[in-house]
This record gives sequence, C-alpha cells and structure tokens, in this order.
Amino acid sequence: MSAQSLPQTETPKRGLPKINPVYVLVVALILAIVVMNPAFGEPTGYMNFLKRVTALAILSGGALYVIVSGGFDLSVGSIMTLTVIGSSMLASNDPNSTYWIIPLMLGIGAVVGLINGLVVSYLKVPSLIATLGMMITLNGVAFMWSGGAPRGYLPDTFRFFGRYNITDVPVITLLPVAVICLVVFGVILWWGMHRTNFGRMLHAVGDNPQAARLAGVPVERVRISAFVVSALTAVLAGVILGGRAGVSVNIGSGFELQAITAAVIGGAQLLGGRGSVPAAIAGALALEAIFTLLNLLGLAQPVRLVVQGLILIGAVALATYQRKRSGR
Amino acid sequence: MSDTPLPARRRFRFERHASTILLLASVALYVALIIIMGQTRFLTLENLVAILGRSITLGITAIGQTFAILVASIDLSVASVISASAVVTSVVMNGDPAMMLPAVIAVLALGAVVGLANGLVITKLEVNPLIATLGMSLIIQGVLSYYYNNFAGNVPAEFQIFAYGTVGIVPFSLVFMFVLAGCAWFVLRFSRFGSDVYSVGGNKDAARLAGIKTDRVVIGAHVICSLCAAIAGIYLASRLRSGAPWIGAEGVYDLESIAVVVIGGTVLAGGRGGIWGTMAGVIIFSLIDSIFNVAGVDAFVKQVLRGIIIVAAVAFYAARSKRPVA
Repeated sequence: MSAQSLPQTETPKRGLPKINPVYVLVVALILAIVVMNPAFGEPTGYMNFLKRVTALAILSGGALYVIVSGGFDLSVGSIMTLTVIGSSMLASNDPNSTYWIIPLMLGIGAVVGLINGLVVSYLKVPSLIATLGMMITLNGVAFMWSGGAPRGYLPDTFRFFGRYNITDVPVITLLPVAVICLVVFGVILWWGMHRTNFGRMLHAVGDNPQAARLAGVPVERVRISAFVVSALTAVLAGVILGGRAGVSVNIGSGFELQAITAAVIGGAQLLGGRGSVPAAIAGALALEAIFTLLNLLGLAQPVRLVVQGLILIGAVALATYQRKRSGR
Repeated sequence: MSDTPLPARRRFRFERHASTILLLASVALYVALIIIMGQTRFLTLENLVAILGRSITLGITAIGQTFAILVASIDLSVASVISASAVVTSVVMNGDPAMMLPAVIAVLALGAVVGLANGLVITKLEVNPLIATLGMSLIIQGVLSYYYNNFAGNVPAEFQIFAYGTVGIVPFSLVFMFVLAGCAWFVLRFSRFGSDVYSVGGNKDAARLAGIKTDRVVIGAHVICSLCAAIAGIYLASRLRSGAPWIGAEGVYDLESIAVVVIGGTVLAGGRGGIWGTMAGVIIFSLIDSIFNVAGVDAFVKQVLRGIIIVAAVAFYAARSKRPVA
C-alpha cells in the first residue's frame, strides 16, 4: 500500500486514501480526553463514555435515513420523551410489564413515523414544519399522559438495556448492554442503508426525487419508510436513555438537533442524497467527546449549546465549500 | 355561460383568498361557540381588542418572518433573539428611565448584528438557512443562559407604557403593530427593495441575471427579520416588566411565526405572499386561542391541538402542490 501511494506527485488528488475526516476527528478528540484524564483509558472510563453515547448514536443513525431521503425529523426528541414517560406510566412498577411495553412503544413509534411520512409525502407539508408540529403535539401528549409530573419509575427489567453492565468479560473487564445494543443496531442500520435496495432508493430519492420517480422508485413509500425507521430508532434511544438516566419530563428535548448535528459532522448532506451510517455514529461519538472535553475543561452547560451551534454551521459550511471546490 | 373559455387570471384563485376564508371561518367558529355557550359578554369591542392584544409579540415577529420567507429563506433564531433582546432591555434599563433610549438602541443593534450574521452565513458560506439560523439560535441561547438563568434587571414604569398604555381602549402596542405592518406593506409594495424581495424569492438565478444583487436582498431580509424579533423582545420585556432567557423559547415564537406566515398565504418556497395575509394569520391564531379559552380546554390538550392545527394549516395550502417537498 505504501509502495502504491508513492507516485502521488502527479495526481495529488488521488494520492491519499479518502478517509472521512470525522474518524480522524474522533480519534483526535479521544486522545485529547485520555491525555487530560488518564482514567478514561481504563475500561470503566471508555465503556461509560460509550454507554453515554449509545442513545445519541442510534438516534443519529436513524436520523440519517430521513436526512438522506431529503428531509428533517425534529420529532425524535419528543418520541424519546414519550417513550420514557409512557413506559413509566404503564409499567406501574411491574417488572414483567417490560416484555409488552417495549413492543408497544415500538408500535407507537412506527405509527408516529408513519404519520410524519404520510403528512410529508401526501399533504406536502415540509418535513421541518410537519415534524416540529409533531414535536409540539407529542410533548403535549406526554404531559397529558403524566398529568404534568411523571409518576412511577421504570422497572429494572426495562432499565437493563441502558444501565446493566456485564462484568468479568475477558480483556475489557466490563461490557455494558448498551454498547451491545449500539453495535447491533449500528450494524442493522448500516446494512439497511448501504447494503439493500431500500438504501439505494433512499439515496436516489434524496438526490433527485423526480429522477428517482422516473426510474421507478416508489418515492412516497421510500420517504415514509425513512420516517418510520427514524421514529423506531427514537423509541430504541428512548428505552436506552430512560434506562440510563431515569424518568424526567424533558428527557428527550434537544436530542433532535444533536442527532442532526452528529449526522452533519459525519458528512451527511442536508436535503438528501449522501450520508453514511458509520460516519453518523462517529459524528455522535465526536459530539459527545467534545461535550466530555468541555466538561473536563470546566466549562458550564450553556457553552455546549454555543459549541454545538458553531459546529453545526461550521460543518455545513465546510461541506458546501468542499462540494463547490470539487465541482459537484 | 359562453363557449369562449375564461382567461386564466379571471378564475377564482384559491391561494389568494385562502387566508381570508380561514379568517372568516375562525371568526364564525368563535362567534358560534360564544352563542352556544351563552357567553355573549365576550362579544364586545373591548374583548376583541383584548384578543388582538394577546398576540402582539407573535405579530411583530411574524412581520419580520414574512420577509425571511419571501426571499425563500427562513429564520429559526427569532425565539432566542426575542429572549436575548428582552433580557438586554431589562438589564440595560435596570429601572432607570434615563437608560430607556440606550437600551432600545443596544437591542436594535443586537438584532441587526444577528440578522447580518444570519444573512452572511446563508449567502456567503452558502449554509442551508434552516441550519444556519438553528445554529445561530443555539449560540445565542448558550451565551444568554451562560450569563443569566432567571429574570434579570427590571423595566422602569415609564417604559411599561409601551405595553400597557392605551389610546381610548386600544393599546399603543396594538397600534404600533399595525403601523409596523403598514410600513412593511409599503416597503414590499412600493420600494425597489420590496420588488427585489419578491424576485429573489421567486427565482434567485433569474433575479441575479436580471442584475439584482441577490445576496444583499437576502441579507436585508434577515436583518429586517431579526430587527422585528428584537422589537418583539422589547415589547415582551415591557409587558413582563423584566426579561428571562427562556421567554422566547417558551412562546415557541420560531415555529408559530412561521406557521402564521404560512397560514397567511405566503409560500414557504418564497416569492409569493404578503404582510396582510400574515396579519390575518396572527388574528386567526389568537382567535383559536380564545376559542380554546372559552371552551375551557386543558393546557396540555391545547398544546396537542396547536401542533395539529399548525400542520393542518400548512397542509391546507401545500396539499395541492405537485412537487415533492424537502
């Protein structure tokens, strides 16, 4: 490989292998954290980090489906809130309830995604407005359901996915269940986006809906499916987040923007046509690593918002600049 | 009638009258509800003024948002601009009547800077306006809540006249909102900038080829939008007697201002619409609010219905469009 990359002087553009800069960013950030806080290099350190990032990573993988298809889904945060609050209301402290609550929540999520998709595809409401409206509505539903203050708590069987660590694992000593979920759902999302016909159709629809339609892609069905996938990942993220952090009324708020930011850091193109699931997950890791770094630097919570805003604008501006320079 | 087909422009144009239809429908609904509930005491001029007076913040914000949407852009940072300008107003004034003018100037400068930044990021860095203004919103909110986490400063009694003073039964602020709307209408209808706004929103490339400096028009629209949001923040500070960093987000002014603009018949894709439609949208929204109040709808149910109504209202216009949307 090193021998092949030698004659790169004549075609400098082709010389270096094209690595998505997000992976470099993640590695750099993780190294910075380890330097500042050596305890992060221990299994408890990085496993807790991965555990913390799981919900956002799965969510941004799902958000990518909608972004690649050319839309936005701002309702995911409220779906997470609804999942956590609804589960705690239904569970009524019964450990056996988990087995029907999670499928029920996935069903609710699928319906929400379906409504989002139908409203966007057939009523032609721009996805931003449609999903913002859905966000307001679902937050209201969550409040209605809980009467303003959630009662009850999540049973341990429910919190298993977000909180439990498998101990005595060789080499890495402990393995949180959340990290297994991250790998499993990450692979599923990757497979769906990059190895199936559906994934190719998603890219086609996002790139040029008219061309996709003429090529025989069922545009409406593909877009609706993207919203359903996004809503389902939001439910999963809600289950994991609720398991890790417990019940609170605004647990999911802000996640919709973090998911979009993560996807954008991972090089996803807004308004469709380009994006990669592993890169979006890496984007989530990068975002969480930045937040961790800010914490280590002793910067207050609001600074996160400023940094997130700057990253969001910066990443999109950079992507636009690169696209323009490469003439695509 | 006759066998010659009517020329296209004589046909009844639904888009043109939709906001009027919606306005009349919500007025009819409101009156019908009051009569059914037997609460005719709500059918007074004072109550009408009260209904309109509740949505002045939204109205002023929506006037600015109309400009942003007309140039085919959008501004999601208005809510945090409202919070920021309300806090700046009350902190700079801090109960001292002598500081009223400096405070207003400072806030307007803040609005202009935010609008300029939004416009520059959108036009020069070519960032998608949704993302640019969302990012800006996060930045403003972060800076604001870094320094303040509660009501800060207070507004002198002299300045509260802006929100509470009246001419007869009509509040100054209501008059102010309609004067502002009139100015906006005048600019859009009669000035060169106004016609440029419509050209750029209708077809940016054509506008550029026609010699319009499209970037400047977009930046100008964003400056106007943020200025209006800043004025809305000043009004809110005057009404609440103080500013807090969450008041903009709490009122969901970003989404609601977009929703009323769209209900008023301005097309999200830009280039078509106008101020009076937006004002109709604002009145429709406050009527819906009053209908909920008269009917005694629970606060959470109200929120659910609001979300549905916003989407339904946008769908009311959008459903007939042929093109797929983003």
